[in-house]
Amino acid sequence: MKKLVGVALAVIGAFAVGGIALHRNEPINSLWIITAAVCIYLLGYRFYAAWITARVLVVDPTRATPAERRENGRDFVPTHRWIAFGHHFAAIAGPGPLVGPTLAAQFGYLPGTLWLLVGSVLGGCVQDMVILFLSTRRDGRTLGQMARDELGPIGGAAALIGTLLIMVILIAVLGLVVVNAMKHSPWATSTVFATIPVALLVGFYLRRWRPGRILEGSIIGVALVLLGVFAGGWVDHNATLRTWFDYPAVPLAEFVIAYGWLAAILPVWMLLAPRDYLSTFLKLGVIGLLAIAIIIIHPDLKMPALTRFADGTGPVFSGKIFPFVFITIACGAVSGFHALVSSGTTPKLISNEADIRLIGYGSMALESFVGIMAVIAAALLDPGVYFAINTGAGVVGSAADAAVTTISGWGFPVTVDQMHNLALEMGESTLFARTGGAPSLAVGMASIFGSSFGRSLTAVWYHFAIMFEAVFILTTIDAGTRVGRFMVQDFLGNLWAPLGRTSSWPANLLGSTLIVAAWGYFLYVGIIDPNGGINILWPLFGISNQMLAVIALAVASAVIVKTASKKLYALVTLAPLAWLTLITTAAAWQKVVSPDPQLGFFAAANALASQLAAGALTADRAAVAPELIFNQRLNAWLTIFFTVVVWLVIADMARVCVRRARGLPVSQGSEAPYQPTRLAPAGAGGLNLQTVPSDGAM
Amino acid sequence: MYPKVSKFLGDCWRGIRTASGDDAYERYLRHHALEHAGTPPLSRRAYYDHYQQQKWSGVNRCC
Repeated sequence: MKKLVGVALAVIGAFAVGGIALHRNEPINSLWIITAAVCIYLLGYRFYAAWITARVLVVDPTRATPAERRENGRDFVPTHRWIAFGHHFAAIAGPGPLVGPTLAAQFGYLPGTLWLLVGSVLGGCVQDMVILFLSTRRDGRTLGQMARDELGPIGGAAALIGTLLIMVILIAVLGLVVVNAMKHSPWATSTVFATIPVALLVGFYLRRWRPGRILEGSIIGVALVLLGVFAGGWVDHNATLRTWFDYPAVPLAEFVIAYGWLAAILPVWMLLAPRDYLSTFLKLGVIGLLAIAIIIIHPDLKMPALTRFADGTGPVFSGKIFPFVFITIACGAVSGFHALVSSGTTPKLISNEADIRLIGYGSMALESFVGIMAVIAAALLDPGVYFAINTGAGVVGSAADAAVTTISGWGFPVTVDQMHNLALEMGESTLFARTGGAPSLAVGMASIFGSSFGRSLTAVWYHFAIMFEAVFILTTIDAGTRVGRFMVQDFLGNLWAPLGRTSSWPANLLGSTLIVAAWGYFLYVGIIDPNGGINILWPLFGISNQMLAVIALAVASAVIVKTASKKLYALVTLAPLAWLTLITTAAAWQKVVSPDPQLGFFAAANALASQLAAGALTADRAAVAPELIFNQRLNAWLTIFFTVVVWLVIADMARVCVRRARGLPVSQGSEAPYQPTRLAPAGAGGLNLQTVPSDGAM
Repeated sequence: MYPKVSKFLGDCWRGIRTASGDDAYERYLRHHALEHAGTPPLSRRAYYDHYQQQKWSGVNRCC
């Protein structure tokens, strides 16, 4: 029976992929893509993941996991596989798989879709699952600790520094996305602002008034946040109120920076934890709703399969399709950041090693599917509209007439009236140059939800989508700043022990201020950049995220080489590692040495410097030019630094593999000794679901 | 038929409570009674504080 299901999946999947391949130069229905994606994920899960767990990792369902051995009723808790799956998915799925595919749609819908599918099934899902397995075997050790144990001090230090830097870039770029979504939009701004008092209220409810009643608190909070979306509409229609929430980008960036700083220093129960409850409920709800709505309306995609911008002249971000589609879409295909959740946090919940395939591989496949939905939401827009929203004023000018002429000249017709009517429909004053991905995604989501559940509410759906994106971007900013603060304090603690105490107020303030200053700087420069900032920051984020994946895969490969029955098995992690090393190094090379000012950091800095020296800039651009020049050079050096760190880790891994091949001693690692499990195979969640899958029966 | 539906709904409700952490304190009390009988358990609020501190001291939200 299982074989029959597998064959049926393969046939349907092949049929859908064939359908996508044959639809050229004509609109394609999104159901083809959904069907192909679901079949590919299921085949990958059923066969590839099962083979890896059975043969390469040799998952052992009789072995006690750390959650069982060290159960303490607090963080080590054996958890039912579906509940652990939910926790893990909620932890890994952030705004990345929504924003990246939206930006990459400038190449057409096909490159992003293919990379999301192939990258996740052969790369991202494998990375998440293998790291989850390794950490589970090692008492829930973090990636940094495993890198030190398995590779050596260089690998360990590289993983720590890489993690901190990627956190800084990530928070800055997400801050930029949310600021661009709120800029001069009283409805969006008031709705997002309203989430803060709601989160505080839920925080007090859950701690003071009804301690720990999380469902009650979350339901009240979600209801209030939804009310905030409607209230934003009233604010927008009131001539006085709307001026209170109508801000340009710089004050909004200052607000986000101040907010991040506060969230890092306040006790977690007050702001961070309640906001996370709201965002998790919204996230799971919206993703489910979006999937249902896309299936109900199954729209045709208006974006071509491949656009002319594959040649590197794209307006949303610069660079050719190779390597930049692979850099732009990190989350959803391969995201190194997941290795941090897969090590340390989730392993303490795993009740049986046999659950690792579902939780590690399955969660990432679902996240990749979220990315596919983002591709569909972007590609169902008229391409002219997509480019009008996502192209910065620095590329097409700030006048609407000039912008539509330029964009129509690229072969994607759009008119001022069309954009004006769309903005009216969405309840916005303008949708031109709303870069960052969030507004165009919100327009796509509003069209999908509007078509499925009532067109009269399109403006409410648009602002609901903006609020939804903003809420979980702000959650990532809160959580990231807090973890960043701990890391900074960890570093400072090595210099002078009192600075490392996380409970000390002065040390807390210093650590928080340093980390917020770091990401706040990148956010601020991104805001004042007339090209939209996303053009610089998103590729930098993609490169750093993929490089973190290289570090994780290097740790995984070293362990597999040391322990697997056949050395060739290490190819399951070495192959994605090689591909990611190729694309990140190629992208870093281009970002550093390209003579094109749109692409190369040094080239951009030099071009701007010579314009400034020649007096060719307007007064307001000349005023910010020195900061932009410094930032471009800083980004170049940061890229070089990332690349050197990654190659050091690869060299360290190669050293371990060569020593192993020659029979020389290698570090034994930190795998915990075998103990038999005493848990019944039904799991601990109370749901009557089979816990042990038939891994060996493929 | 009815008992099956009722059991299914009950399972779903328990699943949602566990997944959201709504029943975390009750599970802690059960664990405490089993493993540390004789010592006083944390209060509901103290447990909630502890639970949040633990949850937010590592990387637990991603991009």
